[in-house]
Amino acid sequence: MKPSIWVKRIVFIIVLLAIWQGVYMSGYFPAIQFPPPTKVFQALIDGFADGTLVGALLASFKHLLIGLALAITLGTLIGVLLGKSRQADETAGMYLIAMQSIPSIVWVPLAIMLIGLNETAVIFVVVLGGTFVMALNVRTAIHSVPPEFIKAARTMGSKGLPLFFKVEVPASLPYYMSGIRLAWAFSWRALMAGELLSNGPGLGYSLRFAMDFAQMELVIGIIIIVGVIGSVVDQLVFSKLEKKVMRRWGLLK
Amino acid sequence: MFLQMNEVAKRFDAHEVFSGINLSIEKNQFVSILGPSGCGKSTLLSMVAGLEDVTEGTLSLGGEKILQPGTDRGMVFQQPALFPWLTVKDNVTFPLKADHSKREKEQLAAKYLKMVHLTRFKDAYPHELSGGMQQRVAIARALAMDPKVLLMDEPFGALDEQTRHILHDELMKIFDETKKTILFVTHSIQEAIKLSDRVIVMGTRPGRIIADFPIDMDRPRERDDKKVIEMEKNIMALLEDEIKKVMKEELDYEAKHLG
Ligand SMILES: Nc1ncnc2c1ncn2[C@@H]1O[C@H](COP(=O)(O)OP(=O)(O)OP(=O)(O)O)[C@@H](O)[C@H]1O
Ligand SMILES: [Mg+2]
Repeated sequence: MKPSIWVKRIVFIIVLLAIWQGVYMSGYFPAIQFPPPTKVFQALIDGFADGTLVGALLASFKHLLIGLALAITLGTLIGVLLGKSRQADETAGMYLIAMQSIPSIVWVPLAIMLIGLNETAVIFVVVLGGTFVMALNVRTAIHSVPPEFIKAARTMGSKGLPLFFKVEVPASLPYYMSGIRLAWAFSWRALMAGELLSNGPGLGYSLRFAMDFAQMELVIGIIIIVGVIGSVVDQLVFSKLEKKVMRRWGLLK
Repeated sequence: MFLQMNEVAKRFDAHEVFSGINLSIEKNQFVSILGPSGCGKSTLLSMVAGLEDVTEGTLSLGGEKILQPGTDRGMVFQQPALFPWLTVKDNVTFPLKADHSKREKEQLAAKYLKMVHLTRFKDAYPHELSGGMQQRVAIARALAMDPKVLLMDEPFGALDEQTRHILHDELMKIFDETKKTILFVTHSIQEAIKLSDRVIVMGTRPGRIIADFPIDMDRPRERDDKKVIEMEKNIMALLEDEIKKVMKEELDYEAKHLG
């Protein structure tokens, strides 16, 4: 990326912080509702120094990793089934789209009543958050395998499972990577929804805890952490992986 | 006969593409198929490949009935259909069975890539090659499994004029060296006359064979050769009649349904 782009981005954030500071100094909002940037920064430093935020982050990552791994596995299985079997797709495809459109937070009461107010319930919500979008993308990935690849492979004597693993799987990898990226994004949102209403530990739980104790600076600080992690992981891990595959597959120059 | 078609017919549900196709093709013959769009050339080739099933009649190769795809028939499509996740070399070795050792595979890939003059690009990925080069890899890949018959469905249709001429020469050399039997679908009368031992002309509605021209001229054949021009005219006249017939039917249909 060109350095000038980074200059613009940094200037933008500095201007934003300056406006924030300005509004604070105008005294329009009571200080308890509207802390200055410095106080938010201090709250973050304290949180990391005394270990509360570190613990919360580790707990959140644990929920996310378990939940996302399950979502990817389940989503792949459902997606392959719907992608390969016309019967299954005609029967269940529509319902999958309906399930995918349900916001994850809606699952939280159900999870708590079903499983209890514990970490398993949070993971359950994360799994539901990621599975459907993963399944839909895997189904699309399989449908989008160019038919000429399959024809060409068949003329070379491939069929059945070897055809599936040697041609259909690699051919659908670019869409599969997009699926994983979306599953991560959806799971991350679901995680926050689940943790917010849970009994901890976790970043979402820390957020509600801060709200209950009227620590606005920590509330804002955690929101910033959530945003930063969401975008950094996407940029550094999933977007990179997806682009790498696309480039190798010749879909991106 | 080597490749034999007996009373072959193809229907998709109620729609009959062609029927009563009888064709005997000798070993090491280069046969082109010409015909108006939609007459079933690709369908017929796919049936020989075993990709489409046969509605009626029989197809056989070397005395054995064709029922499914097999490595005795290699196919090259209009689109190269190379696998983008494999290097050129790995694309060429794709059809080779697991019982070949790694060294054997290397040697075979080297042999066929040399045949299409792409040795230098063995480690490249398909998207790094031009369209003509990709099509040459596709030819090398089809040859690598050492098929008895090479089926080619408008293999040079998407290429520019110059590249096409270069590939014609390459294909002629491969035909000489490998002694394959080649079934070649094209829209270009000139291409068919330049390359083939025999040109089959198909008609449409109903799809059928309307002419079968042997071409006994020495290769290379020059475009301005009198005999070539004569043959071109004959085939052109036949095809024009067919195309006119299709046009008339379509116009009549429109007139009846819109008028
Ligand atoms: N899978 C299919 N289902 C139904 N109809 C089909 C199918 N494949 C081909 N057809 C029909 O069969 C007929 C012949 O098609 P085919 O592609 O073999 O023609 P073609 O001679 O190769 O034409 P072109 O020169 O345009 O490539 C067409 O009318 C086409 O609509
Ligand atoms: Mg065709």
